[in-house]
Amino acid sequence: MSEIALQAVGLVKRIEGAVSHTLVNGIDLAVARGEFLAITGPSGSGKSSLLYLLGLLDAPSDGEVIICGQKTSNLSESERADVRLTRCGFVFQFHFLLPEFTALDNVLLPMRAAGKIAEKEMRERGLELLDSLGLKDHANKRPNQLSGGQRQRVAIARALSNRPEIIVADEPTGALDTASTEQVFGILRDIADSGRTVIVVTHDPALAARADRRVHIVDGTIADVTARHAPAREATAAGA
Amino acid sequence: MATNLLFDIAWTHVTSRVRQTLVGMAGVAMGVGFTIMMAGLMQGSQIDFLHQLVDTMPHVTVQDERRAAPTQPAEQDYGAVQISDLANLNSRPGITYPETMMAALRSWLPGDVAPSAKTTAIIDHGGGRVGVTLVGIDPRLEVKVSKLASQMREGQLGDLSRAPNAIIIGEALAEKLGVRAGNSLLVIGGGGTEITASVVGLFRSGLKRIDEGQIYSLMSFAQLMMGQSGVVNELRLRLDEPLAAQRIAAQVEAQTGYKSVSWQEANADLLSTFSVRDFIVLTVMGAMLLTSSFATYNIISTITHEKRQDIAIMKSLGMREYAVRRIFIIEAAIIGAVGILAGWLLGYALCYFWSKITIYNMLTGARVPLQIYYSPMHYIVAGGVSLICCTGAAFFPARKATRVHPVEIIRGAS
Repeated sequence: MSEIALQAVGLVKRIEGAVSHTLVNGIDLAVARGEFLAITGPSGSGKSSLLYLLGLLDAPSDGEVIICGQKTSNLSESERADVRLTRCGFVFQFHFLLPEFTALDNVLLPMRAAGKIAEKEMRERGLELLDSLGLKDHANKRPNQLSGGQRQRVAIARALSNRPEIIVADEPTGALDTASTEQVFGILRDIADSGRTVIVVTHDPALAARADRRVHIVDGTIADVTARHAPAREATAAGA
Repeated sequence: MATNLLFDIAWTHVTSRVRQTLVGMAGVAMGVGFTIMMAGLMQGSQIDFLHQLVDTMPHVTVQDERRAAPTQPAEQDYGAVQISDLANLNSRPGITYPETMMAALRSWLPGDVAPSAKTTAIIDHGGGRVGVTLVGIDPRLEVKVSKLASQMREGQLGDLSRAPNAIIIGEALAEKLGVRAGNSLLVIGGGGTEITASVVGLFRSGLKRIDEGQIYSLMSFAQLMMGQSGVVNELRLRLDEPLAAQRIAAQVEAQTGYKSVSWQEANADLLSTFSVRDFIVLTVMGAMLLTSSFATYNIISTITHEKRQDIAIMKSLGMREYAVRRIFIIEAAIIGAVGILAGWLLGYALCYFWSKITIYNMLTGARVPLQIYYSPMHYIVAGGVSLICCTGAAFFPARKATRVHPVEIIRGAS
């Protein structure tokens, strides 16, 4: 059995208020190392909420997220931040690059925040990442000097900069044209093929079909699980 | 979290908003600059006044009285006895053996001592009467204990010895009486003694109560007015270090048994007023610095509002809340630090230009410059307080902004 990179156990997210609302309702999910998982579902189904819980951006109301064997429910906010910084890389629908910084500076940001390697090595790694994504000539440009696809590729480079085990992407192609969409999805596919776990939320069934496995969410629960070429990967989707 | 990264982000934020940043820095600079000017002006005028005071009056005055009645034999024999309405058996006023006492004091005193005979008198001139304090002095010793010689505007201190019944009066008193050097005045002593005295000199100390209410003569003249030949009722001490007066006065009092009053004690009410004034001015200066930090508060509030998305993304990437908060504190510190540097320059310039301004003195009729005291401490304190105010002002909007949940912002942007 493949090594589990990320596991959700009985994951629940409730919004308490005058009218309580359950976004994620008891999801069990295991994602293998190197797996490319697509989460799909209609708007408001809870797929992004599930993604934020899996990436430790949000804390569950109940249940547990286990990242690389580490339970996270008892971690403090600062410890969760450390896990995000070192083990997870995030890509959002909008690039969310710091507008005053160059592409390279944006890529260096997580590395500098972690502060684990020397400045020279960071720059080398940053340039290498930009180069691998076809952005070598744009390293010193600011986000407003880049196209939408280029910005999203810079965001992917930033997500990869600390060499995380897991890449979490929330509709990363949602704001891109067809060519850029194809390019970004190809990059994510390559990342997964290189041994990292990639979890992508997408509305696009064609793109989801290119993932190793597709988890369809309806009303906060897993309604369907489709494997592209099962049983190539033996990850389980309990509760599906 | 690497401080360089936080500084870089902070620097980028402040430099990408030049106008706002300059307004904030100008606010801090104004607060610091005017605080330095006020401190210099306040302390300058105070020091100038104290110098006048210290120059004009003895640093320590030994009077022919005691702080408490001497212990009575009855008290020594019967511990519980209560004594009141004591009569002084020594009917002759004055200090006993003043020459011996002065010699003893000179053996250790860091300064000098001179005798005087002090009494009250009335000047009767031109149909008007003015009450004055008559101080009999020895001109040769007086130069060692007072600045009277240098305060002479007409005549000299030594002229007291060159004419019979000579007196020196203040310029203000001379103007009040309408007399000049060379004129004669009728001086009436407390016992009714009337002597016609010649004005041989005029002085100006700069203190109205002295210039209008104190006159000087030879010891013998004052003793004559008192009806006590040879009496010395006051020893006046001038010290090398005026601020040591309280300590020296206590030592002298312990040695001689006579009441010894330092210039600080003699002017306790005035010095207490200074303390109140200091407090008021410090409060105003503190308020100025606090107000100037509101500009920083506004800027940081604006930046944190504009940067909510960046804050969210930095937090989502794994930057801790306190690290993000520090970015905005650093921004405030940058604005504060540059503002403080500009404020120092402004403060110095204001002090310089203010020192060129002269104010008309109605008492003396002269134009006197504003006294400014330059002290590095003013710059350090104004800068330090301003920096604390700026970073403090940034703390609250920074804390509020960094408490934002990244998911809310990311969802909002999506």
